[in-house]
Amino acid sequence: MTKLTDLTIAQALEGLAAKEFSAVELTEAHIAAMDKARSLNAFITETPDLAREQAKASDARRAAGEAKDLDGIPLGMKDLYCTKGVRTTAASKILENFVPPYESTVSQKLADAGSVMLGKTTLDEFAMGSSGGTSAFGPAISPWSGPNPAEAERKLIPGGSSSGSSTAVSARLAMGATGTDTGGSIRQPASITGIVGMKPTYGRCSRWGIIAFASSLDQAGPMARSVSDTALMLRVMAGFDRKDSTSVDISVPNYMDALTKSVKGLKVGIPREYRLDGMNKDTEKLWDQSAAMLRDAGAEVVDISLPHTKYALPVYYIIAPAEASSNLARYDGVRFGLRETGETLDAMYEATRSEGFGKEVQRRILIGTYVLSAGYYDAYYRKAQRVRRLIRNDFLEAFRSCDVILAPATPGTAFAFGEKTGDPVQMYLEDVFTVTLNLAGLPGLCLPVGLSQEGLPIGMQLIGRAFDESTLFTAASALERAAAFSHKPPFTA
Amino acid sequence: MAIDQKTVAKIAHLARIRIPEAEQGSVASELSGILAWVEQLNEVNVEGVDPLASVNDASLRVRPDVVDDGGYASDILKNAPASTASFFTVPKVVE
Repeated sequence: MTKLTDLTIAQALEGLAAKEFSAVELTEAHIAAMDKARSLNAFITETPDLAREQAKASDARRAAGEAKDLDGIPLGMKDLYCTKGVRTTAASKILENFVPPYESTVSQKLADAGSVMLGKTTLDEFAMGSSGGTSAFGPAISPWSGPNPAEAERKLIPGGSSSGSSTAVSARLAMGATGTDTGGSIRQPASITGIVGMKPTYGRCSRWGIIAFASSLDQAGPMARSVSDTALMLRVMAGFDRKDSTSVDISVPNYMDALTKSVKGLKVGIPREYRLDGMNKDTEKLWDQSAAMLRDAGAEVVDISLPHTKYALPVYYIIAPAEASSNLARYDGVRFGLRETGETLDAMYEATRSEGFGKEVQRRILIGTYVLSAGYYDAYYRKAQRVRRLIRNDFLEAFRSCDVILAPATPGTAFAFGEKTGDPVQMYLEDVFTVTLNLAGLPGLCLPVGLSQEGLPIGMQLIGRAFDESTLFTAASALERAAAFSHKPPFTA
Repeated sequence: MAIDQKTVAKIAHLARIRIPEAEQGSVASELSGILAWVEQLNEVNVEGVDPLASVNDASLRVRPDVVDDGGYASDILKNAPASTASFFTVPKVVE
């Protein structure tokens, strides 16, 4: 029999329904895996006792014939989602001891669907980073680093900011995990670790109770080991919430129906501006192959243009820090979090914030403060917002001649810690293919399609029209079947 | 636009982040590097383009202006670094 930790969510739900194993057994298998893989640092806070309790309750529900959509499925929760009574840190020293008195809407929905929470997964501090390296609690290490990742000479990044989630799912510590995506924080780590990551349309999942980074860009989404597993999770996570003023009140389709649909006649756009000079050759080859696979499955491949692509990152690095600088103003040492002492109120604020925030977070707050300050607002912030509209218009125009867009998720494969730390801009370039969607508010799904010459995963990204996640699932499912990616990292628990 | 040390000191104060004078120079050059990179936006013609603040086309929802939540001050105060009765406390601000 397949190891319980190797099952997909869909397979586990079948096994649970057929009474092949219990939710308690499934959860125990994952808790044992977490014990074995603790050196990967995938979790900031593990919650095995809570998980056992939830698994027991799940078995009782199933016995009573009241099993829910994700009943008994052990998941990781990114430590950016506030969880009632369970410490929530955003991987920051400033929230080291914060225990929320409330539960985020999305984590509540996952709990209501019967899932089991294994713990809070690590991330870049306040979700600001592309490697997981800015966590105040140490970075998660990719299971692709070698058979013994923590001892590997080149410890590879699991991507970021949802670094613990990508580590936990790829190393078989959790069947799925939540992520958040502000500029690529679900799709880039998924691509780097060979799993599936889905960023829904802005407004599809409630942001309520998720610690804010850049409110006009942040979106919650699922990470798992198959397209159908992300569809199962998104179906539960999505939906209108009156507590989030940007949540959109439209019905959530049953995404499972989309998975088996044919791509015959579907128009797949290939954006020419994503073909960068000096792009990883393996990535480029797999991109062409993926397009061919979709064509063989009956889709029509068309060339499209997104002319303002190169301006997306600079726009993002004005808008995201600007929003972050105001969102993070709340960490002042008064109502929650760290407080350092100071003679005056101002001195207390300054001591608290310089002690509590890490370097990258401070850098972004300073940039944000600068671009919003008197005299620079029009030159930077207004300008960025205007270019943001042009980027969105590019997509609206492109979707007149195609139904989905196919592009790589990242320009390269995983690098090692310490390799891109000299120049912040080098790290920012990791998000060149993902950040455009956040600016335009569109859904994107990343799935693994092959390995590089060095044996590291390469992911492709499918981009859809706003609120048309179903078509994304249809195309992703067809590509998943054709690519038949079955590689496992050299380490699994 | 290059940021000088004086500007770093000013925005650091606005953001209430203390940056020791010895570090202000290196922060200035780091931020200048990022700003030089974002300045490629000057190539883009945005004549007649409205700023996009939110991707949601519809205007934000409104709701009746009534209190429909609250009444749990002790929960709210649970994470406070310092509190007295049902209040947050801060260092003295008036003499």
